[in-house]
Amino acid sequence: MSASVQETPRRLPIPESHRIPTELPGKARAVVLERPERLAAPAIAKVGLSEICLSYRTGSGERLLALDHINLQVKAGEFVCIVGPSGCGKSTLLHLIAGLHQPTSGQVLVDGQPVRGPGTDRIMIFQEHGLFPWLTVARNVEFGMKMKGIGKPEREEKTREYLRLVHLAKFEKSYIHQLSGGMRQRVAIARALATEPDVLLMDEPFAALDAQTRDLLHDELERIWGDTGRTIIFVTHNVREAVRLGDRVILLTFRPGRLKSEFPVDLPRPRHLEDPDVARAAGQILSELRDEINHSLEAEYSSGVKPRVKPGGEE
Amino acid sequence: MKRAVRYIIFYGALFGLWTLLAKLKIWPPYLFPTPWGVGDALYQGFKDHTYWIAIRVSLQRVLVGYGISVVLGMILGLGVASNKFLEETVGGLLVSLQSLPSICWWPLALLWFGLSQNAILFVVIMGSLLSVTLAMEDGRKQMPRIFSQAGRNLGAKGFKLFWYVLLPASLPFIVSGLKQGWAFAWRSLITAEMLYLSLGLGQVLMMGRDLNDMSAVIAVMILIIAIGYVVDGVVFKGMERRLQSKWGLTAAT
Repeated sequence: MSASVQETPRRLPIPESHRIPTELPGKARAVVLERPERLAAPAIAKVGLSEICLSYRTGSGERLLALDHINLQVKAGEFVCIVGPSGCGKSTLLHLIAGLHQPTSGQVLVDGQPVRGPGTDRIMIFQEHGLFPWLTVARNVEFGMKMKGIGKPEREEKTREYLRLVHLAKFEKSYIHQLSGGMRQRVAIARALATEPDVLLMDEPFAALDAQTRDLLHDELERIWGDTGRTIIFVTHNVREAVRLGDRVILLTFRPGRLKSEFPVDLPRPRHLEDPDVARAAGQILSELRDEINHSLEAEYSSGVKPRVKPGGEE
Repeated sequence: MKRAVRYIIFYGALFGLWTLLAKLKIWPPYLFPTPWGVGDALYQGFKDHTYWIAIRVSLQRVLVGYGISVVLGMILGLGVASNKFLEETVGGLLVSLQSLPSICWWPLALLWFGLSQNAILFVVIMGSLLSVTLAMEDGRKQMPRIFSQAGRNLGAKGFKLFWYVLLPASLPFIVSGLKQGWAFAWRSLITAEMLYLSLGLGQVLMMGRDLNDMSAVIAVMILIIAIGYVVDGVVFKGMERRLQSKWGLTAAT
């Protein structure tokens, strides 16, 4: 199965009129141009996964293979979306990149260096946002900087800057429970960016939000990505969201999680969820995904025990 | 407002009943102290500074003992919560030790520390350490895992992770345990102080017994209750309220 990963990725039939040359200013983002060193060394991927396997013991004692020989290269400044049915291990993959867990075998490389643990160059944004309810919005945003030992004046300045970026400058003194779901996710994004990571790892960050808020946050995320030039790895089960946001969409299989196929998305930006081209591309991916979803549903309904155990299930 | 009225009615009735029984003189005053006798004992006690000194000494002791308990209990609790071996061994021992009144340590404490302040402190610590430890263990387990993940992800580790993430994240879950630990510490302290000349409130109470002055005994009992109540109402209620307003919880327990 892992052989199929090596195949040339399937291209979506994108109408010629929508295909844009890579040198177009809109595509080549300003920040990328400011950092020529990234262009100078294209050989080393920003994030590289090589032969990642992860297995763990379930409650009943049997070994379960969660991730099976995952190989993936993500370029600096790239926006990669990973989709798959629930239980395919896509969130687990992010935890591995974040260094919160270790793979059973294989290596996670960042700038060619193996990952040994959590690092502030890779910041994760969780579905349940993971903000600290005992701190104000501003203190949440500055948390990573404080851990790094950055002085107070600089922290405050950066905090204000990033809160402005997500349009929450007025809420710096609020506590998390006073914010709406969309605002919380924006704080989480500001907190992640304030640590100035090279890579943002987003684990279904918008899954719990209503459709309108999600649309807004898609626009904001696309804008922030364009402004800051971060590398983003975005996990979702929503294919259309993946096509809306990603330069590339990676499809994982259901248990064990393998790379099934990948789809470059050459649509012009800014995109919109309702664009016919987005819908068409999503339709293509969805038809492939459907088999996997069926597998996952079968597994969930046939076996009495729901094997939804993540390796981080116990600490 | 309504609650205040209820309080006044209840305590007024209680006081009235006491006064009535005292006035009826069913029992002699040395068996059943009168309200005015207790009032006089309180006045005299504060006037000649006995009570002020006793309160200061007792509060100092309980603060030191309880403080040590909290620090040790948090470390122990975290250890027990994060290590399977410790949980099965130390955790089980702690639960079984909870049924032991802390004053049972008194004979040993006397042997180890002599007739000293430290013997009292030891009893206080043994009284409250377990509640704090068990509360911390429980809090660490109940605390959503995402907080420690997010903290580690943002670069917190070791002591910083404990101080800035694990501790505040588990506070809503441990505040009731801290409160219970305080109550145990206070009770253990008074018990231990009753056992030898210690200057504290416990000894002042025993002094009332030795002089067959039941009014003084009641007066000191009232002081002990009042201090316990004030600490609970000011320190712990305040802490709970602050937690609730920050976390947006309706009830912290």
